[in-house]
Amino acid sequence: MYLIAEFFRQLVEDYPRWNFIWMYEPVQQEKVLSGIWMTIQLSVACLFFSVIIGIIGAFLQGSRNAIVRMVVQGYIQFFRNTPPYVQLLFFYFALGQFTPTYSPDGWLEVPIISNVGWAIISLSFFAGAFNVEIFRAGIEAVPESTREAASSLGFSRAQTFRYIVFPLAVRVSLPALNNNLVNLVKTTTQAFGIAVPELLYQSVTIWNDYPSALYPTMLLVFVVYIVLVGVLVMSMNGWERQMRIPGYGL
Amino acid sequence: MVSWTEKDPIVSIKDVHKSFGALEVLKGVSLDVMKGEVICIIGPSGSGKSTLIRCINALNDIQGGSIHVRGIDLTDPHLNKLELRKKVGMVFQQYNLFPHKTAIENVMMAPLLVLKEDENEVRARARDLMKKVRLEEKENAYPGELSGGQQQRVAIARSLAMSPDIMLFDEVTAALDPETVKEVLVTIKDLAQDGMTCILVTHEMGFAREIADHIYFTDNGVIVEHGPPETFFTKAKDPRTKDFLSQIL
Amino acid sequence: MASRRAHSIHRIQTDLPVLKPFYVPPPAYASASHWLANLPPYTGILLFLPLLIWPFASHAAGEFTMFNAFEALFNWIPFLFTSGFLFNVLISLFSMLFGTLAGAVLGLGQISKISPVRRTSWFLTQLFRNSPWLVILFIVLLALPFEFVIFGVIIAVPDWMKAVFGLSLPIMANISEIVRGAVLSVPTAQWEAAESLAFSRQQILWRIILPQCFKRMIPPWMNWYAILTMATPLCSLLGVEEIITLSRQAMEAENNHPELLVPFYSFALGMFFLYCYPIARLTIRLERKYAVKL
Ligand SMILES: Nc1ncnc2c1ncn2[C@@H]1O[C@H](COP(=O)(O)OP(=O)(O)OP(=O)(O)O)[C@@H](O)[C@H]1O
Ligand SMILES: [Mg+2]
Repeated sequence: MYLIAEFFRQLVEDYPRWNFIWMYEPVQQEKVLSGIWMTIQLSVACLFFSVIIGIIGAFLQGSRNAIVRMVVQGYIQFFRNTPPYVQLLFFYFALGQFTPTYSPDGWLEVPIISNVGWAIISLSFFAGAFNVEIFRAGIEAVPESTREAASSLGFSRAQTFRYIVFPLAVRVSLPALNNNLVNLVKTTTQAFGIAVPELLYQSVTIWNDYPSALYPTMLLVFVVYIVLVGVLVMSMNGWERQMRIPGYGL
Repeated sequence: MVSWTEKDPIVSIKDVHKSFGALEVLKGVSLDVMKGEVICIIGPSGSGKSTLIRCINALNDIQGGSIHVRGIDLTDPHLNKLELRKKVGMVFQQYNLFPHKTAIENVMMAPLLVLKEDENEVRARARDLMKKVRLEEKENAYPGELSGGQQQRVAIARSLAMSPDIMLFDEVTAALDPETVKEVLVTIKDLAQDGMTCILVTHEMGFAREIADHIYFTDNGVIVEHGPPETFFTKAKDPRTKDFLSQIL
Repeated sequence: MASRRAHSIHRIQTDLPVLKPFYVPPPAYASASHWLANLPPYTGILLFLPLLIWPFASHAAGEFTMFNAFEALFNWIPFLFTSGFLFNVLISLFSMLFGTLAGAVLGLGQISKISPVRRTSWFLTQLFRNSPWLVILFIVLLALPFEFVIFGVIIAVPDWMKAVFGLSLPIMANISEIVRGAVLSVPTAQWEAAESLAFSRQQILWRIILPQCFKRMIPPWMNWYAILTMATPLCSLLGVEEIITLSRQAMEAENNHPELLVPFYSFALGMFFLYCYPIARLTIRLERKYAVKL
């Protein structure tokens, strides 16, 4: 560890533009690590909630009530056709001002939803809007005749959905879902706009304080995102392979 | 007809009318099937054969007339579809196997989930059924890995696993190539010889003639002519039947 | 930069730590707040709907009402629209133009017969396709020089030009993928048929393959245009004076009343919606139209 730190210290002496400051200074290192951790947490939370929203939305969209379907459709169209960044600002600044506050110590009033909370809510709704349509398309891809076969065997509607339609729909949806989730991970950078201390935010503070660390930090951001996206894509592909049905075109 | 006895028809169809919107597809169809009987419905494309057979399984509702299956009234608004479907098995032209389950899982699924039977018992029975349709070595193959004829036999086994009293077959060989047709027909024939009540829609005239107890000819939503195979194939009276038979044979 | 932006108008109610004098029984609502605070995060999602109505109810009593806020917005609308939103549109049009041209070249590079060209094109495509837009924007902003010197003339590069450049990079990469995908979607039999007629590779590509897949590239291309337009507010983080930056300045000029936030941000959202929704509809229509025929 010490040797590595020494190496990078030496590097700055020789090449002043390549100050890998977070390789030898604990404070900056801490910033980078906490930024990465925040990005991961944000991504995982948004992935989770957006999938939940997608499932609920797809379910509601199949409702017999026209008003319910219209509300879901309105939600989808709104979130798909407005900038996610402005959505974030709207949620955090415009709606955030109305959140009830509480005081953990009896002194300071803290809103019950922090900026991280709002980032999760806003980004989950954003990606969720896409997920609804992805899941809906998956459900519709299951042929009527397959459903009919199940009901002629005596399956109830719920059983048909749980054992036949859902497992098939998931498989149909996976590639598009994969794409959308990658997109979501990339969009988490925009939480920068409401000062969520994720990787980009921490990096910006580092290169504002140490301009000499600009290039190394940019490189780091690139590498971290490529690794994160890579891990996600690989695990999703692995899942896709695992779910693959032999002899079926999926 | 709440109490049903073996002397009554197991399927009793009386003056059934069925429309899709403005299009009237069944215009007063009546027929009776006794327990253990094998009947074949033949007729030109679009004459309503599939619609009729689907009505028997309550996959389509009817607008007029009545259908009773083992004493169950299908026009009853409180019809227990589950009870009906335990008694009636149906095989489709396009097999409609569940693609994400292996052959034996397809067979076991309904008894496990619908009848809630014991898994070991179901597995043993499924094995027997796979043997019966001569596919014991394909148990763990997925539908996508089976030929059309093999898939169709799995579909038959899947329906049989519910131990139905009546089997409905809707042009089950229409999507198969000529060599594999035979293996499916043999399976059905075995069934018929075991005493299963069968209602078949088919274009295989030779087969119909061989196994049917009674043949119905439909055209344009009505039954034009019916009778036992010998008289039907040789002494048809109606010009539409004659015309159809002359084209087919 | 971030800290300037993160000035929050409303968060803190007690900004000085005060000595705790003696035990003060918590106010009645405190326990309820604690209960709320202990709720899992998804409760926020449930809170979303009532929150939309709340602003009208809770601020009706104050001296600067929701009504005043909307009035303020109406005064600013002409400015926000012409200097703000139209500038966003302008940025998106320029970025799309450059991105499409570069993307077409890169896409053809990806199907080149020359291996280094193919690999480089592939690498650039993947790099810019998989990086977050905001990261690309930051890098372009900071890594590009403020000014160029050409033949002794100093040409300053304004921030918005850098933004155009930064936004055209991911567009380039995605257009490149569209071009590659479209060309590959033409059945190989077409290539073979043309080859057997002794066409050259160039001729086959330009005369036979590209005309066939041109139509099919239009819907995804439009889709990316909509995505690009929705990315332009990110330029406000780089100090470009587009709709979000101007909305902030306008709210500042109106004394930063918190009531302004809902109208002003809703206006921005509404503008983008009105612009992007028709594009989305048209995209879907064209997709359907071109999907059936090969
Ligand atoms: N769900 C439906 N909605 C509307 N019309 C239908 C529907 N199902 C069938 N029909 C129509 O009902 C008529 C009879 O169809 P049916 O499938 O019963 O014919 P068939 O005798 O089985 O023909 P084939 O031999 O081609 O299978 C046809 O004109 C068909 O278009
Ligand atoms: Mg039919």
